[in-house]
Amino acid sequence: MTTPVHAPHAHDGGSVGRVMRLVMLALLPVTLWGFYLFGWPAIWLWLITVGSAMLFELVCLRVSGRGGPTILRDGSAALAGWLLALTLPPWSPWWIAVIGSFVAICIAKHAYGGLGQNPFNPAMVARVALLISFPLEMTQWVAPAPLFSGTGPDAIEALERLLFSSPIPDALTSATLLGHVKTEASRGVDLLASVPSFGAAAADGIGRHAGSIGETGSWLILAGGLFLISRRVIGWHVPVAVLAGLCVPAMLAHGLDPAHHLSARHHLFAGAAMLGAFFIATDLVTSPATVTGRLLYGLAIGFLSWVIRSFAGFPEGFAFAVLLMNACVPIIDRFTRPRIYGHGATDGRAA
Amino acid sequence: MGFRDLIADFKLQWGVHPDGHKSLTSERPIESMPLPERLVLPLAQHIGAPARPVVAPGERVLRGQRLAEPVGMVSSAVHAPTSGRIADIGDYPVPHPSGLAAAALVLLPDGLDEPVAFEPCEDPHSLEADEIARRVAAGGVVGLGGATFPAAVKLGLGKRNPVHTLLLNGGECEPYLSCDDRTMRERPQAVVDGARLMARALGAQAVVIGIERNKPAAIAAVQLAASGHPEVSVRALPVRYPMGSEKQLVAYLTGVEVPAGGLSAEVGVVVHNVGTAAEVSRVLRTGEPLTHRALTVSGAAISRPANLRVAIGTSVADIIAHCGGVRRDVARYVMGGPMMGMLLPGTDVPVVKGSSGVLSLTSEEAGGGSASACIRCARCAGVCPIGLQPFEMAARIRAGRAEAAVDLGLKDCIGCGSCAYTCPAKIPLSHYFSYAKGSLAAAERSRLKNESIKKLTAARSERLAREAREKAEAAARRKAEREAAKRRAAEAAAGEAAEERREVPQVSA
Repeated sequence: MTTPVHAPHAHDGGSVGRVMRLVMLALLPVTLWGFYLFGWPAIWLWLITVGSAMLFELVCLRVSGRGGPTILRDGSAALAGWLLALTLPPWSPWWIAVIGSFVAICIAKHAYGGLGQNPFNPAMVARVALLISFPLEMTQWVAPAPLFSGTGPDAIEALERLLFSSPIPDALTSATLLGHVKTEASRGVDLLASVPSFGAAAADGIGRHAGSIGETGSWLILAGGLFLISRRVIGWHVPVAVLAGLCVPAMLAHGLDPAHHLSARHHLFAGAAMLGAFFIATDLVTSPATVTGRLLYGLAIGFLSWVIRSFAGFPEGFAFAVLLMNACVPIIDRFTRPRIYGHGATDGRAA
Repeated sequence: MGFRDLIADFKLQWGVHPDGHKSLTSERPIESMPLPERLVLPLAQHIGAPARPVVAPGERVLRGQRLAEPVGMVSSAVHAPTSGRIADIGDYPVPHPSGLAAAALVLLPDGLDEPVAFEPCEDPHSLEADEIARRVAAGGVVGLGGATFPAAVKLGLGKRNPVHTLLLNGGECEPYLSCDDRTMRERPQAVVDGARLMARALGAQAVVIGIERNKPAAIAAVQLAASGHPEVSVRALPVRYPMGSEKQLVAYLTGVEVPAGGLSAEVGVVVHNVGTAAEVSRVLRTGEPLTHRALTVSGAAISRPANLRVAIGTSVADIIAHCGGVRRDVARYVMGGPMMGMLLPGTDVPVVKGSSGVLSLTSEEAGGGSASACIRCARCAGVCPIGLQPFEMAARIRAGRAEAAVDLGLKDCIGCGSCAYTCPAKIPLSHYFSYAKGSLAAAERSRLKNESIKKLTAARSERLAREAREKAEAAARRKAEREAAKRRAAEAAAGEAAEERREVPQVSA
């Protein structure tokens, strides 16, 4: 009663922790599906990534004196680790996970001032750093070896493999569709031949194909994304714009030259597009704050991903597109500020 | 609700939907609270200059007697709610978040409730516009919605700008409050009558009464009361906070925005609260000034939530006691609604003309908690009714750059609190903005003060220089005069000597 408190004397009950928990809840189905598809190695990798992210967060908070372990409860570090894990090849060695968490938390987040201050998406900074530093490990894909199917290693075996970085058995190595067609194109085999030879699983959205832990189950990602939109954690603008920015040029190019340009369906389901559109590009801290800005930002991410996938040396370009557009957010925000009531309405009409 | 309303509602992007808590009191008729043993009547119950007392301590006053007169253009009188003795004129706790005391009259009722002779008016609709405004001013009426702008001053706006429409705000979008709802249901005739009188004073041709859709009984009652008056129409408003803000109401009901930094009268519209309208009707018809008001007593901690008609000057403690006291731990006593109301430093403060509610909130209701880092979710920007970006403004203010926040529209902020209400990081955004506006105003005042000091200092040094110059000139003049006199004397002496000398050779010759 003694300290003056300013109005409002009411609150809608939301909190940063609640926002993060809802995002985690939305990620849960696709994560469990990824665990099922890729088995114990994926489970261990996820645990190590999330655990080390939280540990690094704790260390950074201690070093910078920004707060104690209670801040971990806001879940932002766990979520960053979680998202990073979903973008890693399922059988990556343990140090990929730890280095990735270190880059995400210590460099991409805390070096800039901690929660809310980072201009770049921590999970994407970590992924790109890993991809450039360890291109071999980051492109070691495996075909799904579901739990209980007997095809993959059991829990102990998987842990040993993870800790001692044993090579992946040849029988299980595979490629992603995007990687496959890029390699084939470099051999002079065009899409008309390379896509059918890969099989149809890459474009059905169910996810029974090689890829990162959490990027293949497209329908589950969509369900999680729609859940977040319905709970108003994210808006529809970024995901819709990302997917439009990717699909519209893909459709046009595929229509004109199907031998050299993948269809929109493949662009949607074969890579990180869905996970990126709903969970990466929508990161609150690193995306624009205005509706117009979010539409522009999303369109540009989708388009850049398509350009990188289609014309650059990398088979997948989503992370690069996100980071490039993260850098543009301040200027997007600056030029898309909404009109303030009573200002500049030329004819005096209400908006 | 027609198709046009549906489209209009869909297009509204701003605002929040706080839990209304209206059912605590909305079915409770306004009851008159008995007079307390002591009334404290602050001299500043309105926006503008505090009133000047015209009675002395010890004097006996009658109900309706003017105790303090307005000072200057924007001010309002204070009247005695009952007969009794003025015990003191001094500093007393008033509703202000600082808890500082301010000048007030203390009236001890004598229980006789003896009135002065009022001058009722049979047909106020025959009065001239100026006369209506004069009587409203004499009645000490201020905006009862909480803004407490002297009502008569607002009625004079029609003179400077042609006003075509009077909007009556029956939105009552603040949670908990239902006294406007009750007033519209219990005294719809007075609401419509007061609105027509104010429209007459303003020279407005139309009256539009906007009422939120969650008050169907009020809409029906006011519609019925307005049925004989074609110039009065009732429009249902979407249930959304802050629908009752003047700018939102004007934009929604007329489709025109109030220009930034300007008055709604510039676009031909003036907004008054429904409670003010009912009071204007009563003041004009009975001749009795504003000495009582309806308010809502609510909150989860109060034993008996109610709508009361209380004498202005009644203490919050007396009101809470009348409502059976509190039954739970009170985290905050709030005067007004929870979104924009003021935290009371204690219950030893009086109800003033602008008090629309007295809330006893538990800690669950009041929300709050410690703030964490901004995650740039931009919810604040999404709900801002003005189109501001509160998180950016707060970041600049935190960095000590209040002027930079002005570039983002700080001065357009209406202080509705929607941003802080919805912020998941619980950042006290409204507090930042009030603070920054206050510090900018203080900086502006000190700049003006410095400028006037500079001007005075310059004038003083100029005066001193002038005086010194004049002194020097005078001294020089006197010196010159002296020297001239000396010279003349010397010349004269020399002349005499020459005469003598001339004489000498003559002598010698």
